[in-house]
Amino acid sequence: MAKITYIENNGKEHTVDVQNGLTVMEGAVQNDIPGIDADCGGSMACATCHVYVKDDWYDKLDEKSEGEDDMIDQAYDPKKNSRLSCQITVSDKIEGLIVHLPEKQV
Amino acid sequence: MIKTDALIIGAGPTGLFTAHQLKIIGLDCQIVDNLDKIGGQCIELYPDKPIYDIPAIPECTGEELTKNLIKQLDPFKIKFHLNERVDEVRKDNNNWEVKTSNGTKFTTPNIIIAGGVGSFEPRKFPLKECENFENKSLFYSVKDKKIFDKKTVSIFGGGDSALDWAVELSKNSKVNLIHRRDEFRGANVTVDKVHELANLGQINLFTKYQLSGVSGSNNLENLEITNDNKEVKTLKTDYILGFFGLIMQLGPIANWGLNLNKKTIEVDTEKFETNQKGIYAVGDICTYPGKLKLILSGFHEGALAARACFKLARPNEKYRFEFTTSSKTIKDRLGVKSD
Repeated sequence: MAKITYIENNGKEHTVDVQNGLTVMEGAVQNDIPGIDADCGGSMACATCHVYVKDDWYDKLDEKSEGEDDMIDQAYDPKKNSRLSCQITVSDKIEGLIVHLPEKQV
Repeated sequence: MIKTDALIIGAGPTGLFTAHQLKIIGLDCQIVDNLDKIGGQCIELYPDKPIYDIPAIPECTGEELTKNLIKQLDPFKIKFHLNERVDEVRKDNNNWEVKTSNGTKFTTPNIIIAGGVGSFEPRKFPLKECENFENKSLFYSVKDKKIFDKKTVSIFGGGDSALDWAVELSKNSKVNLIHRRDEFRGANVTVDKVHELANLGQINLFTKYQLSGVSGSNNLENLEITNDNKEVKTLKTDYILGFFGLIMQLGPIANWGLNLNKKTIEVDTEKFETNQKGIYAVGDICTYPGKLKLILSGFHEGALAARACFKLARPNEKYRFEFTTSSKTIKDRLGVKSD
């Protein structure tokens, strides 16, 4: 279990407990946090679960999946700290993770 | 005006099998899809990814699934309207009048929406000012490459579309290719070709840069690109092309008076009918308590929606349930010999 904070583009924060083994995307969807669409349901095919990982966290996460950057190319407003939240698996290691949501996903 | 018993919106697996079910019970149908090919997400997003949960098919790719579904439709001559998006739907007595982006018109008692997560549209630049130049000097696809002759074209993106057009247009235009990172995701031979042309000075390559500004009075004149270190470059350009893949949007469906739940359409689980009589939704786009977004659920939903169509298409006939294994009528429709 890890506490994860999702910060909407308008600054509104949501901190929720997410079970180990789920993805950061699923944590948002299950808790009805707006701003993550996840159209393809986590198959890394749509780039609509795009998040910005707070800088100091970016290097602590596991490396990006193969092909993740290819999808991020197609995300809305990608930045250096962009990730697809469906590719970040929750574990105790990421307790306290903070992700910022883009202005929109499409 | 095309008259049909049922119009299917969406040529993905659910739309295809729904067509099969309509034809099996003796109704005719036509299919409209915004993509240029049959198969929906299976073809557009994951043609090579294996699928493991289609009943009786232990493993197949999106492309194989599509091919087999098309093959299953072979006995029926089904008319597809590709590259067309359904824009308008309005009630006309007992029928629905439908108009597509190409101006094709249908009249039908039944519309089955098998639209997945909506229609595929090109993903656009985040920069608001880009809208001022869209379809004039900024495009997300190429319709007529001749307009770029002897001009400066700035191409954004790192996939096959961006690379292919950079190579092609470099023959007759001055080409800038701008991508947000060093790696490209296009075919290796194209990536090599781009680097070769860049070394020869026939393509100006800017990696780790993204579009940060556009300017010009009527036509585009300059663009500004910025990298991660906030270094800014200004480039003179006549045209901008953006290739960032496709996104799925509900699009005009949102305006048809249907009860929506987020990006999905609410239906009953008997006919998969929406709140509008004669409009059904099946597959990923529909929602009801317990909905599973699996291809197999779409098949079931399409089969039931097809039976519901019968009532409105043949109001004076009674639908009779028959098995394909034993029904002579169905075998005739399939063009196979009866025992």
